[in-house]
Amino acid sequence: MNVIEKILASHTEEAAIHPGMIVKVGLDYVMANDATACLAIDIFKNELLADRVYDPGKVILCMDHYTPSSSIAAADSHNKMRAFAGEQRLRYVYDGQGVCHQLMMEHHVRPGQLIIGADSHTCTYGALGALATGMGSTDVAVAWKEGRIWMKVPEAVRITVTGTWPAYVQAKDLILKIIGDLTAKGATYKALCFDGPAVRALGISERMTLSNMAIEAGAKFAYIQPDDRTEAFLQGAGRSEYPVVVDDEDAEYERSLEYDISNLAPQIAYPHSVDNVGDITAFAGLALDELFLGACTNGRYEDLAVAAAILKGKKIAGGVRFLVTPASNAVYLRALASGLIATFIECGAMIGTPGCSACFGGTGGILGKGERLLTTANRNFKGRVGSPDSEIYLASPAVVAASAISGCITDPRRILQ
Amino acid sequence: MIKGKAIKFGNNIDTDQIIGAHHLSLATIQAMAPFTFEHHAHFITHFTRGDILVGEENFGCGSSREQAPAVLKERGVAAIVACGFARIFFRNAINLGLRLIVCAEAAEIMELDMLEIDNDCLRNLTTGRDHEIEPLPPFVREILDCGGIIPYLQGKN
Ligand code: SF4
Repeated sequence: MNVIEKILASHTEEAAIHPGMIVKVGLDYVMANDATACLAIDIFKNELLADRVYDPGKVILCMDHYTPSSSIAAADSHNKMRAFAGEQRLRYVYDGQGVCHQLMMEHHVRPGQLIIGADSHTCTYGALGALATGMGSTDVAVAWKEGRIWMKVPEAVRITVTGTWPAYVQAKDLILKIIGDLTAKGATYKALCFDGPAVRALGISERMTLSNMAIEAGAKFAYIQPDDRTEAFLQGAGRSEYPVVVDDEDAEYERSLEYDISNLAPQIAYPHSVDNVGDITAFAGLALDELFLGACTNGRYEDLAVAAAILKGKKIAGGVRFLVTPASNAVYLRALASGLIATFIECGAMIGTPGCSACFGGTGGILGKGERLLTTANRNFKGRVGSPDSEIYLASPAVVAASAISGCITDPRRILQ
Repeated sequence: MIKGKAIKFGNNIDTDQIIGAHHLSLATIQAMAPFTFEHHAHFITHFTRGDILVGEENFGCGSSREQAPAVLKERGVAAIVACGFARIFFRNAINLGLRLIVCAEAAEIMELDMLEIDNDCLRNLTTGRDHEIEPLPPFVREILDCGGIIPYLQGKN
């Protein structure tokens, strides 16, 4: 079996499983956030007529999409979540402390685990060698009650990445390139396994950017085999106990793709689909109204550091808004202590409260008619951040920082010249 | 048998288009339903209960929000036909008992064509053509026949 099948099998009563098989799996965590939990609570109580969640230490709630509450409806839904958490004595409830996936990675995820979340970017946890996937509120309500859920065993696709990372080219550029090639449906139902020396060279933060966006090609899971860097991250987080699972010798993959990043240019995804991807050179000079640095894709300390290095001592262009939102309170504190936040404020940025922020527009940063946003988030769907007549372009933290200075899409490699 | 007119969409219809992010904090699906496809004028003008939505590739991509298939069900969508569906949307719709039909030729169906769906056949009454439907896996079919995952699970207990 390959490592995906082995991790899945370890959560079933089956000795061997194969792609296409439908299996009932036990779950290590079930996460829901404030865009999805209330519907799950209704289903749990009114339709499943359930009384107690299977394990109050494994059902995790996060308030991040509409935090601080941005409307009466949001406030009411937060109160509903708080009441449910109280009734069920849930051990982990994150009330405005950051984006759900960032918090899951900081506090909970371990290699070899199987996790579902009522959020499509739950696949992010593959960066630590866990299998995690997004589901809807009914599945989550069922999982809250039973601690188990049915799943189809996916085929696995191996993506081997070689080469040396050029300056100002980041994991975001690689994953945009891959999604452009695979298309938005190219990995539907599959597990995307990232490997190779150029992936090993990435820290956990950039590995999270890769795994986060696997869903944009339709994938069910992302996976990166744990290594020394994973171990160091987990040691630092006090979570060093986990099983070591590796491919069997006869492991099978549906197909293998290869990428060499040595000549990769910064990439841009243009409206209104994530698989509309091209080299930055085709977009250079396009005027912007708003820029966003943040989200579960690129709101970590490492992302902020790359951007701050470009922005230090500079001012953002007149007439543009630049919003920086740390992905969690831990990221925020670290960025405050090292002076990154001061750099952003001095250059003219607004700092948002840790959470989804302008990725989703639930707490502001909404676009007006005809406006153009350049963002480090993961989706450029029509109207996702406000007016259906606005445009969203996706890019790396380095591209967003370089573009904030000029007010138009700018290749960060120009800074080197 | 399902019979209804086609409301036609293209490729990669994402869940943000079906129900926008800013409506998700509303308390009930009934409260969200009026905002279904709020920026798609043809849906707003033509759709009536019992109609069939027709998409092309990757229908329902994007967010895991179950509110997307739920508002479609609430509005009375009889079935969704597409060349293919995104994984989470597929699962959510089946869980809710919303009939999904995978049909490789879905792109040939036009806005307002009259469609008839009977077992494993999709008939376009406007063009007179029959289109083959991809059979659903038996397990998925069973859930759908029960009316969704909750009645299915209740039946098992
Ligand atoms: S940051 Fe954006 S993509 Fe990530 S969970 Fe929040 S809304 Fe979803």
